[in-house]
Order: sequence, then C-alpha cells, then structure tokens
Amino acid sequence: MNPLSFITNSRNPNLNVAEIYRRYSNRSAYIPLYSQKVPAGFPSPATDFVEARLSADDYLVKNPISTYFVRVKGDSMMNAGIFDGDVLIVDRSIEPSIGQVVLAEVDGEFTVKYLGNNKLIPANANFQPIEFKDGQTISVIGVITGSMRKFV
Amino acid sequence: MKRSIALIDVNNFYVSCERVFNPKLNNKPVVVLSNNDGCAISRSNEAKALGIKMGEPWFKCQEIARKHKIQGLSSNYALYADMSNRVMEILRGFSPNQEVYSIDECFLDLTGFKELTAYGQEMRGRIFKWTGLPVCVGIGATKTLAKLANHCAKKMPQFNGVCNFNALADDELNALLMKIEVGEVWGVGRRLTSKLLTLGIKTAYDLKQADPEYLRQQFSVVMAKTVSELNGTVCIELEEISPPRKQILSSRSFGQPVRDYNSLAEAITLYMSRAAEKLRVQESLANVVQVYIRTNPHKPDEPQYSNGMTIPLPSPTDDTRQLVKIALWALKYLYKRHYAYAKAGVSLGDLMPRTTAQFDMFASGQSTSRSQSLMSTIDRINAKMGRESIKLASEGMNYSWKIRSGRKSPNYTTSWDGLVKTK
Repeated sequence: MNPLSFITNSRNPNLNVAEIYRRYSNRSAYIPLYSQKVPAGFPSPATDFVEARLSADDYLVKNPISTYFVRVKGDSMMNAGIFDGDVLIVDRSIEPSIGQVVLAEVDGEFTVKYLGNNKLIPANANFQPIEFKDGQTISVIGVITGSMRKFV
Repeated sequence: MKRSIALIDVNNFYVSCERVFNPKLNNKPVVVLSNNDGCAISRSNEAKALGIKMGEPWFKCQEIARKHKIQGLSSNYALYADMSNRVMEILRGFSPNQEVYSIDECFLDLTGFKELTAYGQEMRGRIFKWTGLPVCVGIGATKTLAKLANHCAKKMPQFNGVCNFNALADDELNALLMKIEVGEVWGVGRRLTSKLLTLGIKTAYDLKQADPEYLRQQFSVVMAKTVSELNGTVCIELEEISPPRKQILSSRSFGQPVRDYNSLAEAITLYMSRAAEKLRVQESLANVVQVYIRTNPHKPDEPQYSNGMTIPLPSPTDDTRQLVKIALWALKYLYKRHYAYAKAGVSLGDLMPRTTAQFDMFASGQSTSRSQSLMSTIDRINAKMGRESIKLASEGMNYSWKIRSGRKSPNYTTSWDGLVKTK
C-alpha cells in the first residue's frame, strides 16, 4: 500500500480545509509547524514554510526497536511524578546509571524505581528501598525515558 | 573470495517471547500451543527435557503437564510478529544483505567482514539487551553450513551461542561434522535420512564426502547441491526480497462444530476479509477464489462431508466486497444441512501484481480506483483501531464458532489494554 495514498478529500468546496494531513505510517499523527504566520486571502505560499511535523512519537521515543510501554500500578514513585495508571516509556537500549528511573525485574515481578547503589529506591516515604541480596534475581531491564498521561 | 554467511535464530521463539513479558515463566517448563490449543509448537528447554515433542497434541500431554506443572499457553501471534520485526530490524543494522527466512530466523551476508565470532557475540548481546530474546548465531561459507553452524551454536555449550565454521581449521570442522547426524543437514528430511542411512551416509561429514553425481542420480539435483554447499561452494544465494506469495490461504478449525449456514457464512466472510487484506498488503490481485468446508474426519462415527469449489474470477480483483460475494455464492452450493462442520477455508490463487493488471473494460465491480481507496481506508482503520473495527456486515458480530484461545497472553506490545503492569 502506498503510504501517501491517504489524503483527506478536499474536493468539497464547502469544506474549509486549511491543511491536508498525511499519515506516513500508522504509528503516529503529525501536526504541522509553521515558521511564520501566513496572511489569509492570498494564494497560500504556506506549503513553502512547512518546516517539520511534530509527533508525540518523535518526542517520546528515540529508538522504537528497543522501546516498550508499561502501565504503572500504585504510587511508590509518586514524588518522581509517576502516578497510578501512567504509561511509561522504557528504552532497553540505554545503559542504566545510578539516579535514573529504571524498570527492573525482582523475583519475576516488574517494578519501577530509582536505581541506587545495589538497591532500588522508591519515590514515596511509605515504601522501603529494595536491597540487592544474594540469591535474589534482580535485573535492570531498561531506563524509563518518559511518561504519558491522558486527562480526557 | 570465501563467503561468510550467518544464520541467526531465536531460541524457542514463541516461549521466549512469552517469558520477556512474564518472567515468572523463566526456568519453568512452558509450551506454546497451536491455534485452538491443539498441539505444542514451541517448547522451553525444560519442557523438551520432560519429553514433550514438537507438534504433540496437547490433550495427550495432560497427565505429564499436571504432574510437572507444565504451562500450556495459547499462541499470541500479534506479540510474536512484533517481536520478530524488532529482531529483524536490529539484525538489519549488522549487514546490508539480509534474508528473513522465517518469523524467527534470518540469513546475513557478512562476506568481507572481520572478527566474525566477536561480531556474532555483538549481535547476540544487542538482541538480548534490546528485546530480552536469546539468539544463536551460526557462520559458514554457505547457507547450508551456516545452518549447521547454528545447530552447533545451540547444542554445544563450548561455543557460547556463536559458532563460526570459517574460523575453524579443515580438520577441526570435519571432526565437528562427524558428530552431527545427517538428518540435521538443511533440506535433508526424515524420509531422505532413512535412504541416506541405507547408503551408509550417517553424519554430515559422510554427506560432505559423498559423490554429488551419484547422489544426484539417487535423489535429485537438490541433494547434489547440498553436498556442494557442505564443501563450501555457494549454490543457494540469499534472497533479499521474498517473492510475493502465489497463493493466500485463510482457514481455521472451529472451536465447536458449526451446523447452520449463517455461522459458516460469517466464518467465510471473515477469512476472506483477512485474505483480501493480505492480498492488498502485497499489492496483488487474485484471479481465482477457492472455498471449502468439511466435517471432522477424526470423528468417523459422525456423518462425513467435505467439499470445495474453485471459481475463476471474471477480472482480477482485490476488493473484499466482490471476493466475499463470490465466496458466499460458492458456499451456498457447498453447504448441506445436518452436518457438523469442523473447518472452513478460503484461498486466493493465481495472483498477479496490481501494476500489470489488464482490466476488462466492460466488467463491473473491478478494482477501480474508487474501490481501491475504500479498501485502503478500511485496512487503515483496522490497523489503527484494531482488527475488525470496520467490516462487512456478513462477517457477523458474535462469532460463536470462533477458535478457542483460552490461555493467550495479553498483547503486551500492540494493545494499550495489554501493557505489562508494574508497581
């Protein structure tokens, strides 16, 4: 299928279509960005000024092949701005370092915490840090690079 | 110049995908079952050690499964397809020449690359880090040798997942090939193995030493090519673009027997819609439609009926509406009352690229640009909103005949409702 084949039908003269949106892939929608305002009532030179199209995907996801989403349950990371129901972006390709928020696996369960020195630290005083003990399987799976939340 | 070809494949692919998102399955016996939870199609090493065979019907494993707490999971193809795409894309970064051979394996041409064993370890490391999936890498001078090297990488722990035949001296390689049964050689099936054994060819090394001309007479030119490939002469090149399929099939066994025409019609409509979608993805048109229905041959005490019909189309098309209409027309002729139908299917045949199609000037309902844009709109909405968001009304809404997939994992990577939950 031609990825450019979908262009909204603007043949109807009653429709005041200001901009034709194209979808380059089924991954993300694009929002046009203009470098300056274009006066109305003039054969529009607007297309010359389209610089780029912003996409939430581009903003949040740097490496799509190694990126996964997970949903937060509970409020152990509340003070890091991570709330129950948020969708977190996990990039497995980034080498985790101390102080970053990471997705880790502890005894077969996933958890999101700050990475500390041999421990995982919550961002909520009601929770205890998880110390790495012998015989426990703890592995850091990826770095949390961002979060998403919908209000409506 | 000696070629260097790598074969990379994911260990126990379906089971490994499930484990990435459900680590509790690690170190436990796990099998993934085929459609309708019929047979074991992927087994963890623990399940293999318990004697679960590839393709073994799951109902025959109930006792051992209960005894050893073997987890039987329904297959989750949306998850496997997404993980497969990730693996293939990562590997594309390692060589400009890639042939994706199946959902979990691909060939890479590494001719001219240096330090191949280390390069293979780098692939392994990156795939594991980025996806959580374990892979093995085999490298050889031909595809057949790469396949065998991959077998060694998997079965012999000393290679640590990467076996590079090109780094071995001739006598080292031969010693290795002597340890491999001839049945493991690519293209040598079970039937050919028994015939080779009667000729005294037991190992991969025996086959390498065999006279290709004699084997060509005894078997076919394919076997002679295999011998050449074992000796390092490339006979099978990498196919970088997989040829478009000549036929598209869509069929399923029903979760429960279906007796009424309407349910069968729903099933046929759904299968045809899927097949037509695949047809449009590969930009082809179909010239022939086939439809078949049958009862369950494994229940000989029940009345048996099976019938199919092939209909040549007046003009090539990829229009779901037209294809469904023809399939339902065929079903009306095939359908007989009072039978318990177990399976139905459709196929699209005699495919041709859309670009070369010659249209019948007088035909109606052919693949005109209007119908094309309607079809691509439907495909797009379904891709975005989830399968079957938009469909023909005859597909029906309740799917009482639909397959069992009771123990399917969530669509961890392709549905917002399926995301892994983390505390």
